[in-house]
Amino acid sequence: MFDTTDLVINMGPQHPSTHGVLRVVLRLDGERVVGSDIVIGYLHRGIEKLCEQRDWAQIILITDRMDYVAAASNNLGYCETVEKLMSLEVPRRARYIRTILAELQRIASHCLWLGTHAMDLGAMTVFLYAFRERELVLDLFEEYCGARLTYNAMRIGGLPLDIPTGWDRKVRAFCDLFETKVAEYEELLTNNRIWLDRTRNIGVISGEDAVAIGLTGPALRGSGVPRDVRKAEPYAAYAELEFNVPIGAAGDTYDRYLVRIEELLQSVGIIRQALDGLPEGPIIGKVPRLIKPPAGETYHAIESPKGELGYFIVSDGKSNAPYRFRVRPPSFCNLQALPRLIQGHLVSDVVALIGSIDIVVGEVDR
Amino acid sequence: MMGDYVVPVLKILVLLNAVLVSVTFMTLLERKVIAWVQVRLGPMRVGYHGALQPIADAIKLLLKEDITPVRADKWVFTLAPIVSMVPALIAFAVIPFDREAVFFGFPIALVVADINVGLLYLVSITSIGVYGIILAGYASNSKFPLLAGLRASAQLISYEIAITMMLVSIVVMSGTLSMVGIIDAQFNARVWYVFLQPVAFVILFIGGLAETNRAPFDLPEAEQELTGGFHTEYSGMRFALFFLAEYANMIVVSAVATTLFFGGWLRPFPNVDALSWLGYVPGWVWFVLKTFVFLYLFIWIRATLPRYRYDQLMRLGWKVLIPLGIANLVVTAVLKVLL
Repeated sequence: MFDTTDLVINMGPQHPSTHGVLRVVLRLDGERVVGSDIVIGYLHRGIEKLCEQRDWAQIILITDRMDYVAAASNNLGYCETVEKLMSLEVPRRARYIRTILAELQRIASHCLWLGTHAMDLGAMTVFLYAFRERELVLDLFEEYCGARLTYNAMRIGGLPLDIPTGWDRKVRAFCDLFETKVAEYEELLTNNRIWLDRTRNIGVISGEDAVAIGLTGPALRGSGVPRDVRKAEPYAAYAELEFNVPIGAAGDTYDRYLVRIEELLQSVGIIRQALDGLPEGPIIGKVPRLIKPPAGETYHAIESPKGELGYFIVSDGKSNAPYRFRVRPPSFCNLQALPRLIQGHLVSDVVALIGSIDIVVGEVDR
Repeated sequence: MMGDYVVPVLKILVLLNAVLVSVTFMTLLERKVIAWVQVRLGPMRVGYHGALQPIADAIKLLLKEDITPVRADKWVFTLAPIVSMVPALIAFAVIPFDREAVFFGFPIALVVADINVGLLYLVSITSIGVYGIILAGYASNSKFPLLAGLRASAQLISYEIAITMMLVSIVVMSGTLSMVGIIDAQFNARVWYVFLQPVAFVILFIGGLAETNRAPFDLPEAEQELTGGFHTEYSGMRFALFFLAEYANMIVVSAVATTLFFGGWLRPFPNVDALSWLGYVPGWVWFVLKTFVFLYLFIWIRATLPRYRYDQLMRLGWKVLIPLGIANLVVTAVLKVLL
């Protein structure tokens, strides 16, 4: 009857809900999304190429800058890859402390996700509550290594620093406090009628599709696929610790929310166990003074807060820098699912779905 | 002669000032209350604990550059904030703050115009306000505001009918459309209408949230989705007018809820003689107190709840509120006839 055209709307790169500089070009019919185009690259810093120009130890602090809200996880992934390449033995104490740091990092990253995701849906108080607890984690990191965001907290073969005196007690106190705070977030959201309406059946993706598209991390587990690198290919000290891998059923935004909330509690459990079983001993293994891995290539992945963070590194055995340095960033791979998730939903759901796959543009673009 | 013109003009001037001052300080109240909910301090720099913050904000907004986008529809663009603001202000004309107060020996009724169709006037005036938003969305000639304007019109038709149904229920109870008459009816019935019409009150309050574009129904301005919605292209004082209108509307809705359901200026238990000492507090103080409880509720809800999606709001309006409203009206009417 009427001659209508689609409304093309440019969401980002400066939009309050695109979590940095993601740009989504939406084609709308009314408010319904009929097509979308995701434009990335606004935060590209050439990190992979840069790493091929730096020697092996210098790369650790560059990895901080990829997923800048989970720097310790990036450090862990890189250090373990090089250790695998060099067949280095990491002392048990170092592996335990690495695990504690990685799980604290998971809590900090999930807190940031929870806050921004809730804020995108209009629940602004949760944002400040979640940041309040994230602040406590950052304080713990600051006491451990002096930095609050880009930690440079690990070394090839172990750790630069042992934990400060009394730090373990503070971590335990944080764990006790944090459990009550998670209950507080859940009270505000989990059974909230509006929250349920806004997240249930939004962006449903089946387990098969999620695997086919390459989703990893909580976004994959929300669809009911119990894959967690910590269980599947244990690294650090995870083989010796007990934890559950929460999975969802429907694969919608609400399930992804529940999975992450449960992961927060599981992380608290892992930290407690690691502190209980923290062995004595050195914190760094026998590392040659000049790090020069033998010629060869390796891929090693860890479970970063956002999904499977993998490093593929090729060494030619001659130079002081990697011959090829390639990262499999979970944010980038998970972002592939976005056009499919938002198809047919409303503009309001687009912001919910961008939040629900939990991306960091620094990691997407590198 | 004096009484015919001077007194009403004075009343209007005093009321306008009172409303504008309370609106400015509502912004402070909101920021403070939300800050306390969120374990923050809120504004602390200007004046004692930020008490002068609204004045600083007003000066800032007045001094800002007033930009009209080149491709905007200039007349409508200018008109829109005014269309928002004026109905919000003139709605106060029929709100009774007290039966009368004595000034210099003259008893003066504390209502600008006690017209016999006060409630009808309110309904018609407050629904004009939303045109400001629709026009702003259209006139900006920009995509996000356009979506916001569409949302506002969808919102308007979803809640307005339900609200009106509720008001009719009240009219059936009281037998009058005059605001003063409704308070008198509550006095004579010896009970606040909120106890007789709880459903009507809840629906009116939900509708009021939607009418004032407050969370969880702040869809037309949803910052996280529409980058500010209808006021994206506005700056300076025109932008401020939209906000003044929003806060003025909040006060109107609170005052109407107080009048219709909580006995307006009546003290608690006005017919119980044992509590007559409560009568030493002037009626308008009771009125203001009750109104502030609602204003606080508005802010509290905003701090707590996520935002609805606009199709969900429409579903709530059409499938829940309107049927409930009709049922409530029928039951009220039947009971009124039988009892």
